[in-house]
Amino acid sequence: MNIRLYMAQRLSAIIMIPLVFGHLGVMIYAIQGGLSAGEILSRTQGSVFWFMFYGLFVIAVSVHGAIGLRTIMSELLRWNDIALDAIMWGFGLLSIFMGARAVSAVTWL
Amino acid sequence: MANTNDTMTVKVWRGDKNGGAYQQFVVPRQDNQTVLDVVSWIQQNQDPNLSYRFACRVGMCGSCAMMVNGTPRWTCRTHVNKVLDANTLVVAPLRNLPPIKDLVADMDPFFDKWIDAGGHHDPSASRYDAMPQIAPDDAQRAVANESIECINCAVCYAACDTVAHNENYLGPAALQRAWTLYNDEKVNDTDAVLAAVSGKGGCHNCHSQGSCSLYCPNELNPMRAIAGLKAATIKHQLKRGR
Ligand code: SF4
Ligand code: SF4
Ligand code: FES
Repeated sequence: MNIRLYMAQRLSAIIMIPLVFGHLGVMIYAIQGGLSAGEILSRTQGSVFWFMFYGLFVIAVSVHGAIGLRTIMSELLRWNDIALDAIMWGFGLLSIFMGARAVSAVTWL
Repeated sequence: MANTNDTMTVKVWRGDKNGGAYQQFVVPRQDNQTVLDVVSWIQQNQDPNLSYRFACRVGMCGSCAMMVNGTPRWTCRTHVNKVLDANTLVVAPLRNLPPIKDLVADMDPFFDKWIDAGGHHDPSASRYDAMPQIAPDDAQRAVANESIECINCAVCYAACDTVAHNENYLGPAALQRAWTLYNDEKVNDTDAVLAAVSGKGGCHNCHSQGSCSLYCPNELNPMRAIAGLKAATIKHQLKRGR
């Protein structure tokens, strides 16, 4: 962990705080209101707001998770820097890819 | 607490960097007895070959730290009454440092990191300049003062799990020293101090669990000092704009 990774870790955490609460709120709203999958999709598809909301969420989670995983592997298994950077980038890019697929599936027309 | 037993069991780690084992001794109990007294008694009465380190015996020099029943302590100021568990003491060399022999740990990594973290004086003026006048109640001086009583005993270093899992980590004492220097007006290049603590083994590895502050025998707070360094390095980085 150096200062750049540390700052990326903290910045992604700050971004996630409101998004996590927003996400929880959305879930409760959708369940309480008894929205069907079709009704949810009709609200999210084509919505720039939900695209930005969950798009940003996916990026922040991917950055935060990847750096966290790097630290865990470093301290638990004492991997060398090359292996650590490989798993950080691999996990981070995979999360972004999978997250982007999910976000595009719900927000694109 | 009154002493009810005449003797106690003391298990002492014997060995070197290649490994070792605990050797058991029976040592007379006394009402006022420190762990260092116990170790000295064994060396003087049972086995003159036992190696251990001490100097001042009054908590000033920082050379007597050992693991006592699994906890890092300054042994000259640790009363047996306080730490005896089931009438037994288990004494071992400090954790997180390579053992040299018996209870003597190799302090080189600890002091090397002290230097790596910028822990040397880089004066802002020469002897021909006037002495800087620093008011005792100056706020920044007060922050610097908080940590100057460090005796380099490495108790915090032995207590820190991040040191245990990350060989590059500079550790609580060295980082705390860097924080003192950063706040010292007489230090020339505080940017260099921040650079020294921002690398791979720097302050950002600290998990803020506070074992260092819990076990420091001088009740210093390296965790708070490291938090100060984290904030200062980030401010500095943002100012540089990259
Ligand atoms: S607070 Fe930081 S320096 Fe102190 S013991 Fe924990 S990880 Fe180590
Ligand atoms: S900070 Fe405390 S425990 Fe650590 S070396 Fe200094 S005096 Fe010892
Ligand atoms: S012998 Fe000096 S601090 Fe214990």
